Amino acid sequence: MKRNKILPQLITIFFIILVFGFFTINAQINMENRGIEFGFGFLKQEASFDIQFSLIEYDGSHSYARAYLVGLLNTLLVAFIGIILSTILGIVVGIARLSPNYLIKKTATFYVEFFRNIPLLLQIFFWYFAALRALPLPQDANLLLGSSFMTIKGLYTPAPLWENFDVFLISLFFSLILIFFVYRYAKKRQEEEGKQLPKFLISLCIFIGIPLLTFFAGGFGLSFTFPELKQLATTSYTYNGGMGIPPELTALTIALTLYTATFIAENVRAGIQGIGKGQKEAAASIGLTTSQILKLVIMPQALRIIIPPTTNQYLNLTKNSSLAAAIAYPDLVLVFAGTAMMQTGRAIEIVAITMATYLSISLAISLFMNWYNKRIAIKEK
Amino acid sequence: MRKTLKNLFSFLAVFTLMFAIGTEVMAAKKSKTLKNTLKKGFVRCGVSQGLPGFSNADASGNWTGVDVDVCRAVAAAALGDANKVKFTPLSAKERFTALTSGEIDILSRNTTWTLSRDADIGLTFVGVNFYDGQGFMVRKSSGITSTSQFKNGITACTNIGTTTELNMRDFFTSKGISYEPVAFEKADEVVAAYDAGRCDTYTTDKSGLAAQRTKMKNPDEHIVLPETISKEPLGPVVRQGDSVWEDLVRWSLNVMIEAEEYGITSSNADSMKTSDNPQIKRLVGSEGELGAAFGLDNEWSLRIIKQVGNYGESYKRNIADTGILPDRGPNQLWTKGGILYVPPAR
Repeated sequence: MKRNKILPQLITIFFIILVFGFFTINAQINMENRGIEFGFGFLKQEASFDIQFSLIEYDGSHSYARAYLVGLLNTLLVAFIGIILSTILGIVVGIARLSPNYLIKKTATFYVEFFRNIPLLLQIFFWYFAALRALPLPQDANLLLGSSFMTIKGLYTPAPLWENFDVFLISLFFSLILIFFVYRYAKKRQEEEGKQLPKFLISLCIFIGIPLLTFFAGGFGLSFTFPELKQLATTSYTYNGGMGIPPELTALTIALTLYTATFIAENVRAGIQGIGKGQKEAAASIGLTTSQILKLVIMPQALRIIIPPTTNQYLNLTKNSSLAAAIAYPDLVLVFAGTAMMQTGRAIEIVAITMATYLSISLAISLFMNWYNKRIAIKEK
Repeated sequence: MRKTLKNLFSFLAVFTLMFAIGTEVMAAKKSKTLKNTLKKGFVRCGVSQGLPGFSNADASGNWTGVDVDVCRAVAAAALGDANKVKFTPLSAKERFTALTSGEIDILSRNTTWTLSRDADIGLTFVGVNFYDGQGFMVRKSSGITSTSQFKNGITACTNIGTTTELNMRDFFTSKGISYEPVAFEKADEVVAAYDAGRCDTYTTDKSGLAAQRTKMKNPDEHIVLPETISKEPLGPVVRQGDSVWEDLVRWSLNVMIEAEEYGITSSNADSMKTSDNPQIKRLVGSEGELGAAFGLDNEWSLRIIKQVGNYGESYKRNIADTGILPDRGPNQLWTKGGILYVPPAR
């Protein structure tokens, strides 16, 4: 490198260090003046506040570190469900937008334009306050699918009671291994004999069949507890037993899914339209059916266009999930950067931890998506 | 090359300047806050996002309430005009950070005085302007008239970032009742969720319950249960480390309370200058040199009483006449059966 190229770099680095140094020193001096100490010792202290919804065992006697974990898991939960649902909905709508059927096409277009252009926070408030408010009180709720209740206090469903849960997991694992071999065999057979196996159907049978057989052989047991109406006061009811899903989680998931799916749908449409028309016509001319064309010719190529922008949407969804605080869903921001920050007053430490956490989640998602993108890239022969 | 060097030096100059300003401010005199306030010409005051009776803005943006009056009193004392206040509405979560980071100079936002807040996070509480306690609100139709009727599985709504969340846990745990806490960031959303039926009870400071009740669709359908489950002394807060400013805010509040004790009101304050009672004369500034301690003139307390009124006037105007809590309860003077007792201004 020439000297006149190194110098600007050095100057840049120098100023970056200077800026960070200035902020660090400034914060240090100010905190010292106000008698605030910096440290992460508070994480071990008792949190002494309860959290509405937790995936792990938690109550106020646990530590702030545990409360952080509860918030993190709740964030990951809503991000995970949101990503899966918005991907499915996005693909369906994206394909629907290219449908030759006028009604389907226009409905999909209307959906995309409508949900994409309304601020997400408003949508979250809508689903929480408007839509959920329309739900019945627990005592007025109707049976849903024979065993569940959708009420303003939440969705109450039967809760599974497992016996020998690990046996069930082993049987699932075993069926997955079997499916892997079926796919290998199907591929080999197609390459050698040109015949196609209905591999999806076979896999589905294995996936359901093996756990079912284990069940009947008495390997594990499964029963359900059903939600029962319980009276708290004259006009106040709740459900006991079963599994309760808070309306905050439902509203947040619906809002995030509907919003993000519009962007994914547009990515899918762009990906499909990015493939030359000739490809489709050529595939049709050798006698492939429409679904085969989509599956074997269009999608493998379109995915390369779809995946990178869709990764961005996954990241957006994860970060947008922090809007949960507005509707009391106990995510990382509400629990940790909210209540915990208030109770301890450790603003700098907690904001730093929260930022580092979101950064790690985002980097993990994008690492995974980059790996997937590389895997499906067309390998030049 | 020359251009790069030139840039480098101008950057360096800017940064040296920033450092210089930074250290100059650090090493400034003890009452940096008062000096800045005089320079700016207004008091920077953090208030709630809307709590009738305490700090609430009307349609044209005028703030009223007993918490607001504390800031107005400081403005009247320091700047001579009770209207020279810039109000910053803050959520419970934001309030302390706004104060410690220097965005506001007084936090007067129905804030509970606790040991950890006072000692641990760079804050100093200057006094109590409202003695409160946490209570519960329920729908009248539920038939609940006491917290002893609460049953397992009850849903309780509240705000995050308040002592309420901690008291609620203490209460339910000690009674052995399992409950579902639903904590929102803003009070308006708690009210909306409770009103819709998401929760069976709404818990916060009793004054807050009384105030929020006025915002409900049908205030008469709700009652506040008689039990008080905690002590909530609410008062103004300042940053730690500026004792002159701290004293000014403390004594602005104390003057309001003591003025009521001696019967000095906004309407009779001027005539009290010739009173026979030396303590009254000190309060209206016709005797003694009390203002000098803050570097202010001697009429600082007279301005507070004339422009803002004494504590009783403030309470009546904001809390009693608005129908929130007509009965002063513990917030009555010690001479009249309450617990309002302030050190003498002399």
